[in-house]
Amino acid sequence: MDKLRLRFEKTGRAVWISHLDLMHTMQRAFSRAGYALKYSEGFNPHPQISIALPLSVGVGSYCELMDFRLNGDTALAALPARLTAVMPEGIRVTDCYEQVNKFALLKYLEIRGSFEYDERPAGEMAEELTRFFAQPEIVIEKKTKRGLGQSDIKPAIREIAFEAGEGEVLLHAVISAQEPTLNPALLPDALRQLKPALAPDFAKFTRIENYLENMQVFR
Amino acid sequence: MDKRLERILPRVQKPARYTGGEYNQIIKDKQKVDLRVAFCFPDTYEIGMSNLGMSILYHTMNSLPYVWCERVFAPWGDMYEEMKKAELPLYALESGDSLDQFDVLAFSIGYEMAYTTVLDMIDQAGLPLRSAERTALLPLVFAGGSAAVNAEPMADFLDLFVIGEGEEMNNDLLALLHTAKTEGWDKPEFLRRAAQIGGVYVPSLYDIAYHPDGTVASITPRDGAPERVTKRIVVDLDSAPYPVNPVVPSTEVVHDRVNLELFRGCVRGCRFCQAGYIYRPIRAKKPETLVKQGIEALKNTGHEDVTLLSLSTSDYRPLPALCDGLLDYCESRSIGLSLPSLRADNFSMEIMEKLQKVRKSGLTFAVEGGSQRLRDAINKNVTEGDLLHTCAIAFAGGWNSVKLYYMLGLPTETDEDIVGIADMAGRILHCWRENAKNKNRGVKITVSTSCFIPKPHSPFQWEPQITREEYLRRVNLLRASINSRSVVYNWHDADTSVVEAVLSRGDRRLGPVLEEVWKNGGRLEAWSDYFRFDRWMNALDKFGLTAAFYAERERSVEEVLPWDMIDVGVRKAHLVKERERCYSSTLSPDCRHQCSACGALRLMEGGKCDG
Repeated sequence: MDKLRLRFEKTGRAVWISHLDLMHTMQRAFSRAGYALKYSEGFNPHPQISIALPLSVGVGSYCELMDFRLNGDTALAALPARLTAVMPEGIRVTDCYEQVNKFALLKYLEIRGSFEYDERPAGEMAEELTRFFAQPEIVIEKKTKRGLGQSDIKPAIREIAFEAGEGEVLLHAVISAQEPTLNPALLPDALRQLKPALAPDFAKFTRIENYLENMQVFR
Repeated sequence: MDKRLERILPRVQKPARYTGGEYNQIIKDKQKVDLRVAFCFPDTYEIGMSNLGMSILYHTMNSLPYVWCERVFAPWGDMYEEMKKAELPLYALESGDSLDQFDVLAFSIGYEMAYTTVLDMIDQAGLPLRSAERTALLPLVFAGGSAAVNAEPMADFLDLFVIGEGEEMNNDLLALLHTAKTEGWDKPEFLRRAAQIGGVYVPSLYDIAYHPDGTVASITPRDGAPERVTKRIVVDLDSAPYPVNPVVPSTEVVHDRVNLELFRGCVRGCRFCQAGYIYRPIRAKKPETLVKQGIEALKNTGHEDVTLLSLSTSDYRPLPALCDGLLDYCESRSIGLSLPSLRADNFSMEIMEKLQKVRKSGLTFAVEGGSQRLRDAINKNVTEGDLLHTCAIAFAGGWNSVKLYYMLGLPTETDEDIVGIADMAGRILHCWRENAKNKNRGVKITVSTSCFIPKPHSPFQWEPQITREEYLRRVNLLRASINSRSVVYNWHDADTSVVEAVLSRGDRRLGPVLEEVWKNGGRLEAWSDYFRFDRWMNALDKFGLTAAFYAERERSVEEVLPWDMIDVGVRKAHLVKERERCYSSTLSPDCRHQCSACGALRLMEGGKCDG
């Protein structure tokens, strides 16, 4: 069978599984479900699987994508339920289909987040945050391979909105996934660097959807 | 998930080991169970999740409908600090509930260096350390595992110990506790009755008197507790529970694989080896059982490796049949089969070739002694001829790395024996030159030494340990004797060995010492990252005790030993005889050639020892 693509959720306790461990977990889950992943040829054969845009540890997702190959044919419709049945808590396979777009075409990510404030009123914070991220440019110091660098994260934020919740401000944003990549953790980092009064006591994020350049859903 | 935990996790290394939620974890409705058991492993997740005993007992305890048994591991230093700061108590992985919601804390202690971690986990559960200060029936705090064969240093802290194999005993104990909880017994009543269960040792029911010189004068049981507590075993391993659906860690652990246990006990009787005596009698599983369980476990876990466990794999009679059966399944699926604990003497070409089909690893031999005389004295039945013969086959088969393990400080060891280690490494190097197919790749011969630790219930339980200074002198002698660049020498520090020697043959007077070490920050001391020798010496000093008394003193055979109330099956007279044979460098035949009537068979009503 040709290149297949899996769509799955990684939420709850599973958000703490690292990318490398997730690859291993997937490999074992396929084996438990009775699917034979296709292995690479060569001295040290390994299964040919690849996950788009590795998640940071602690970030949840409803839209993870993984490409893989199987030995032999299989009924794709049954695959999500069979795999989900043998997954650790928090991983749920929602779809499986033949690959359409290359991962390189994945341009935008829709994310939701929560900025938790233990002492400060959420309503006030939500307004201030909206104002802060409306600035024409947000230049922060960022660790790169060549040491510390200056970077404007604003062009990587396509849409961003804040709404007050209970002890937290809810964030909803569309950010650039590749070229440039914006790690959502840089959003609270920007506050810590440029406006500490707005920096949350804790922040967490969840991916909601993947998009092409033209904002069509990336499958 | 607890808010405090959620905020800590992004800051600690490998957070997945603190979250639970793995595939095959056992979740029950806590409203519908009567006893909640926290199964505590006093080391990290990676070590504990690699432990087959832990996996077996997790499933046997959970097989009781009124019990929910969950796993608890000791957090690494960074997590420990964060938990303290956030005032987050220790919790169980399955439910995330803190330990104050549990009826039982059950510890598995496989190693003396874990003692202070046990204290730390009792403290993190919010409980007083000492059994006497925990006056209520619940939570019951008990321990088992191989360190329990001399539980005395921990006697003050645990309510009871289970001696031997826990598959049946733990559930007998939990059944009694279930009744006790339902009928509202008090703790003393429960402990009195628990002491009547075979294998259960309740230290508070034994009075220990000491001579002025610090040796034990007498051990007196009270309230009907048995004079000697006899180790429990499982007679038939084929019908014994084996978890074919173990929890599959979502993060890397030390042994990420299916573990198959071939047999318990050992036919060899190496005189330094505690395991060779305390796990007797020998009981093997049928190869059909193992193949069936192995395949089922591989299917249920998705593991890519399976390992055969025992004290001496080569002594498993149907080994070829077992390997064939497993390889039939494994080879086509790229599943690796590994066989640790092979002996040099009957390591056959056949077995080696079978393994080569899947994956090739280095060769490791526990030679233990540098001369034939010394190996005879310790009853390590390996000859240099066998070893060289095995190496010749291995080198011709393409292996190019050999690891050799020795102990320094064994009874009767002389400088000649130590120099003999270097000579043997030289002859193995010569053997490689003569047999290797491809010499361009070179060869690596690694010699490792550790300091001999006399262990309770072994024939050397009366023997002194050499001092740290003497160990270092012997290390330097060996270093000076090795003169090839292809031979690498590693030696373990003797500091841990000294502390281990103190604890393994210790008595109850060490209780305050353990508490003092823990108070000064001692935990996870099996890790060199956290081990502090001075902390132990200072604590011994504070209570007027010395390491020399426990470690370096030769004990008289007439002396009452602190662990004399524990009966592991093998008779003391047999140990005495074996020790005497050491001094005349006399080998004892292995159990297969001649039964030595060691005494362990009486543990097995109607059973047959596979020796």
